[in-house]
Amino acid sequence: MTKSEQATITINGNSYPFHNGNTILDVARDNQIEIPTLCHLKSATPTGACRICVVEVKGARTLLASCATPAVRDMVVQTESAKVVEARKQILQLMLSSGNHNCAVRGSDDLEWTAFQLKVQDDDASGQLCPVWGDCRLQDLAYRYQVSGERFPATPSRYPIENVNPFIVRDFSRCIQCGRCVQACNDVQVNNAINFGYRGPESKIIAATDRPLKDSDCVFCGECVQACPVGALVEKNIRYDVRPWQTEPVRTTCTYCGVGCQIYLHVRDNQVVKVTGVEDAPPNYASLCVKGRFGHDFIGSPQRLDKPLIKENGKHREASWDQALDLVADRFKSIRDSNGPDSIGVLTSARISNEENYIIQKFARAVLKTNSIDHCARL
Amino acid sequence: MAGLAAAFGSGAMTNTIADIQAADVILITGSNTSENHPVISSIIKRAIKFKGAKLIVVDPRRIKMTDHADYWLRPNLGTDTAWINGLMHVIVKENLHDQTFIENRTEGFEDFKKSLEKYTPEFVEGITGIGAKKIVSAARLFGNAKVASIVYCMGITQHTSGTDNVKALANLSMLCGYLGVPGGGVNPLRGQNNVQGACDMGGLPNVYTAYQQVADPAVARKMEKAWKVKGLSTKVGLKVTEMIPKAHAGQLKGMYIVGENPLVSDADLNHVEESLKNLDFLVVQDIFLTETAKMADVVLPSLCFAEKDGTFSNTERRVQRIRKAVDGPEQAKEDWWIASQIGTRMGFPMEYGNSEAIFEEIRRVTPSYAGLTYGRIEQTGLHWPCPTEKHPGTPILHGQQFTRGKGLFHPLEWIPPAEQADNDYPLLLTTGRVLYQYHTGTMTMKSEGLNERAPESFVEISRADADKFGVKHDQMVTIASRRGEIQVKVKVSSMAVEGTVFIPFHFAKAAANRLTNAKLDPLSGIPEFKVCAVKIKDAA
Ligand code: SF4
Ligand code: SF4
Ligand code: FES
Repeated sequence: MTKSEQATITINGNSYPFHNGNTILDVARDNQIEIPTLCHLKSATPTGACRICVVEVKGARTLLASCATPAVRDMVVQTESAKVVEARKQILQLMLSSGNHNCAVRGSDDLEWTAFQLKVQDDDASGQLCPVWGDCRLQDLAYRYQVSGERFPATPSRYPIENVNPFIVRDFSRCIQCGRCVQACNDVQVNNAINFGYRGPESKIIAATDRPLKDSDCVFCGECVQACPVGALVEKNIRYDVRPWQTEPVRTTCTYCGVGCQIYLHVRDNQVVKVTGVEDAPPNYASLCVKGRFGHDFIGSPQRLDKPLIKENGKHREASWDQALDLVADRFKSIRDSNGPDSIGVLTSARISNEENYIIQKFARAVLKTNSIDHCARL
Repeated sequence: MAGLAAAFGSGAMTNTIADIQAADVILITGSNTSENHPVISSIIKRAIKFKGAKLIVVDPRRIKMTDHADYWLRPNLGTDTAWINGLMHVIVKENLHDQTFIENRTEGFEDFKKSLEKYTPEFVEGITGIGAKKIVSAARLFGNAKVASIVYCMGITQHTSGTDNVKALANLSMLCGYLGVPGGGVNPLRGQNNVQGACDMGGLPNVYTAYQQVADPAVARKMEKAWKVKGLSTKVGLKVTEMIPKAHAGQLKGMYIVGENPLVSDADLNHVEESLKNLDFLVVQDIFLTETAKMADVVLPSLCFAEKDGTFSNTERRVQRIRKAVDGPEQAKEDWWIASQIGTRMGFPMEYGNSEAIFEEIRRVTPSYAGLTYGRIEQTGLHWPCPTEKHPGTPILHGQQFTRGKGLFHPLEWIPPAEQADNDYPLLLTTGRVLYQYHTGTMTMKSEGLNERAPESFVEISRADADKFGVKHDQMVTIASRRGEIQVKVKVSSMAVEGTVFIPFHFAKAAANRLTNAKLDPLSGIPEFKVCAVKIKDAA
């Protein structure tokens, strides 16, 4: 595979080949070496914003962000040296101390914890732990590096929660300013709805000139929600209601337009409660639109038909399957036999499966003996 | 798809979705991509932002994609063949066409070339309203590209001249030699998730699966053998747009409608409603009691996509799995189960254990699906044609040769739309979709959030027309055509251009299709949803 003169870099004592344009992170990931990342968004240009992915490179004066540093021939890299670990700890501690990170890694001191939790409750109108508890990259890393938010004094959350649109709650108190949402919106979906606003400690992700999403160019594709590594952007309908460990994902294909996006339906108690795009899979590579991501209520709608209906004296009454199917079979048979096969027309559907379309055309042709079968979505 | 099939021998998207990113010029026409196919619009926007692709949008409305375009050409409604001929006139005149490709891969060029002569930029400007200079610049951009992709949707097909429009786009791509290569092609975007599959599976009056002609006795014999049945008809059946008038005339007695809601989606609804009432027996099978189901003699409850296994084929011919995630309403059943029960009870046994068993039968009778198995598409779907289990699938069609051998140039003349604006009906209406709703709304309207963003029907009108007809933003008005009238709210918008209004067709309560013209394209049978003449009657 590798040509003898192929360039290599050394990571944690082993040497690995790489391709031109690979970053240190790419090489590490290709070889199952885990380097933590927060701001790095695959498919977008690295920004190096969070610095959690820093590594020690022999000869370099400072630690380097592995997601933004190209691999160079004969580079020698340490991904988990004492210096690296210390730097990561400090980054995490700073993040945890700014805003409402009340996932119990905040601190162990009872008094401080209670006061902190009361403040969170004030900001969020909920006494519960963070809505993404158990599904948060920051929490994972705090646990992995065993740090809390106590080391630095807590900084206040400056901006109130925004929940005036039907789909997305923006909780600025949990934002770590990683910028993934900004890249998701500008570089992946290219909707250009959100960006960094204000400076320094006032920094905030804003839509338009700092307006609610609903009054901006936002189209509620939710790419930003899927990209957010923490609890700052969350689906409104399930916030605090559905916890990540309660759901099972089932992979399937979206039912709306012809793109055929690959999705996960997240199921709790026989109910689809959330939809996400499948990363790394064509055709959509995690991207979705508002219908695919948020338009799943119809599945469990109480208005779903649940029994066969037969019309009698102008009114529908409920019937058993046997009654309904026998009636349909009898009537179609008598119409076919007395008026000829072409007196019956069949409309199949652009919304049902291939298998079902096949069976329905087979029914029209082999049973009714007519080719009068079509569907409405002629394009 | 009749247009593409006539030119190339196959009526599907020639290239893949991802492949659009390899184009240096992208031409979008008749597709409000960012609202109807948002994920594809993002791919196109990324190609522009990161790969330097150039975009030409040709659309009567100032759709969002025009913000990203190098050129927005704004044609009068129903003048597509004219502007496409105009582009080609310039390309030929300036020698930007691909002579080698034309000689090796196509036929009919000389006649076709003659037919372009009169479509000078000035002549085309007179018909389309697009400035002659703009036509020349856009033609140069398109013709000079290394490779250009054409993306279109219903805005091209839903006209009495829809088939011609598609053939014209096929001509344009062949002329420049942009077929069979990455980043090129003629790419129709399918509106509904499994239109491609419904067609592939023979949900059409003239073909079995994989477009095998019903009129071909050899095909009928093959299917008779496979299905163990006698007397399959070799007579082409009725299109949906022919069924409705036949029902009206009392010749069609019974209908079996699965998962469709023609009472909102079809043109000239008033006529559709009368026709369905006239049937002796109507069976509707659906997940909701739709407007159409309410009229049915028997309603059969079915399971939705999240409650069953199977496959869908997307707009790029990729066959992908759907999987059961939840149990549906207790008595609801798979559509295949219901249809096979009716068949069995009519004396033709149709017994299948599950959807995979049906797929295995599909493979046996469908050459383009023969190599696909559930196992092979477990993780990633494959593109048909895929004739054998070793075959990797076919992302790009017409690589070495066209499905029909040589690509065929069609000389085309512009034919005006069936209905023009006049003194009585001074505005032209075009219809379409909005981002937050889908088709007839039976699914999206169950979502409060989507309804909050797009709660009701509206008529989108330019500021100038609003002033001219004395109507205000948010005011209710009556819009009337020769076929019917509806009440809608006025939305004054910069997306509309003077003389043309737009109404989305999703909303049953103010169904745009009470107004539209059911006049059909003679070949494809698609009604002219995209143009009809209307007036604003006294404010309601
Ligand atoms: S929902 Fe989509 S458009 Fe809106 S801010 Fe997020 S990424 Fe941007
Ligand atoms: S909202 Fe989420 S994705 Fe956006 S910057 Fe904040 S933490 Fe990062
Ligand atoms: S992940 Fe590399 S800098 Fe954030």
